[in-house]
Amino acid sequence: MYWSAFIVFLILFILVTVLGFYAGRWHRGDLDLIEEWGLAGRRFGTFVTWFLLGGDLYTAYTFIAVPALVYGAGAFGFFAVPYTIVVFPIMYIIMPRLWRVSKQRDYVTAADFVRGRFDSSLLALAVAITGILATMPYIALQLTGIQAVLAAMGLSGHGIMKDLPLIVAFLILAAYTYTSGLRAPALTAILKDLLIYVTVIVACIAIPMQLGGYGHIFHVAAQALPPKGSVILSPKLFSAFATLALGSAFALLLYPHAVTGTLGAKSGRTIQRNAALLPLYSLALTFIALLGYMAIAAGIHTTDTSLVVPLLFLKTLPTWFAGFAFGAIAIGALVPAAIMAIAAANLFTRNIYREYFAAANGPNREAQVAKIVGLIVIIGALFFIVVIPLQYAIYFQTLGGIWILQTVPAIMFGLYTRWFHRWALFLGWLAGMVVGTGMAAAESFKTSLYPLHLGHSVILGYAGIWAIIVNIVLTFVLTLIFNAMHVSNGRDETAEADYTTEPA
Amino acid sequence: MQVRPKTGWYWLFVIPFIATLWPPFFASYRPTLAGFPFMYWYLILWIFLVSLLSGIVYFIDNR
Repeated sequence: MYWSAFIVFLILFILVTVLGFYAGRWHRGDLDLIEEWGLAGRRFGTFVTWFLLGGDLYTAYTFIAVPALVYGAGAFGFFAVPYTIVVFPIMYIIMPRLWRVSKQRDYVTAADFVRGRFDSSLLALAVAITGILATMPYIALQLTGIQAVLAAMGLSGHGIMKDLPLIVAFLILAAYTYTSGLRAPALTAILKDLLIYVTVIVACIAIPMQLGGYGHIFHVAAQALPPKGSVILSPKLFSAFATLALGSAFALLLYPHAVTGTLGAKSGRTIQRNAALLPLYSLALTFIALLGYMAIAAGIHTTDTSLVVPLLFLKTLPTWFAGFAFGAIAIGALVPAAIMAIAAANLFTRNIYREYFAAANGPNREAQVAKIVGLIVIIGALFFIVVIPLQYAIYFQTLGGIWILQTVPAIMFGLYTRWFHRWALFLGWLAGMVVGTGMAAAESFKTSLYPLHLGHSVILGYAGIWAIIVNIVLTFVLTLIFNAMHVSNGRDETAEADYTTEPA
Repeated sequence: MQVRPKTGWYWLFVIPFIATLWPPFFASYRPTLAGFPFMYWYLILWIFLVSLLSGIVYFIDNR
């Protein structure tokens, strides 16, 4: 048991709890309205949005999983870098349009937009369910970040005691998410990222100094990795690397928590400014990924790769600072978990509850439902991780990315054109879901990569990309067919001006 | 207030896609920079370039 690490960790945890509850009073609004609870009244400026989206984008799971992948596979793990480079141009172009139309039409979720644009509650339901299904395992995996640091600090018990610290942490999270809504992760994100940046800067200066510099670290890793990996990407993995980066970038922005973070901004311009400023997080992510090589060079040997980073910190940094870093990782789990729970709650409330159970109850009732669903989501994720083997959460998360990508035609294309037919979009989505899931199942859910056989050549690529190609082609062809058959395409409630109107 | 983004400039965003998603451009160890193999410092350089590019497009958009 590392007491000094644990005490620092505990102080940070208490600090974030206080902030989480205090957040309800910040930029005070009527938290009984869903726009206030679930989107914080759409009033976050550049600074807060930067922390909120940054906190979304790189989570405790990232902090643990990316270096773990690099530790095991080398250069392939760095697909995360081009992924988080190309995501920002996409964000710059697409997300302000989504923000503007949502502001004009009071949309709270992407599914709200799809419903209004295509006059199809079925398509909206498809988008909402995809979002909720993809988000649940993501929240569960945040817990593994906390578990990893607790285990590294030697906090291990038996039976219920083993999971008790985790349960306490998540019940606190559930409580302040309930009372403060989106304001809680926004305010705690600021603390979280300051801690993360300090940790990354210190770790990436102090650890290489001990290990003989970056040149030496790369050199040792290059010797140690083969045959299971390499420091320079092997040509066999080029297509896998590129398709995974591209698909992940498109998927990231359509995750419900990314949409919620974006719609919480106060203007389209705020989002564009953030697209230019957020790459600083990609830089931090690159150095976090390099921790995987540092662990190899520092002689960390573990079969549980989620312990790579915690063990590296304990071995190379003063114990109290390791506690500081662990606090950063744990809080790094709580911020995105809160946003994800709120986003899932918004989707459920707006696109399932309101649509199918209680149409005329108004925004007050919606906020009440959303708060309770938020609680259920967090407790459900906790149940997931405590009761069900971790491996299933990871498989499920892999599928989640593939699924989210299938909502690109309805949401991203939909922001620009209404040419696609609503039924074609729905059937395209369905085909993409089936193909993507089938490909992952064919690989026993162990990887999101699928070897596509084209004649005599085999292309290893991201299953999500293969599925979205099927999805888009089918949507295109079916649109032509439905239009030729004069199948009703509903009424678009949005106007072109809605997509280009900025608040003065 | 209506925004009329100068969307022609958005085509500049094609560049980072090609530069970072085509591994033959960067999958090599040499030349190294400050101990970093080429692949690593090249990708880090593009983080700065994409930020700069978005900043320039933002400036043009809102001029």
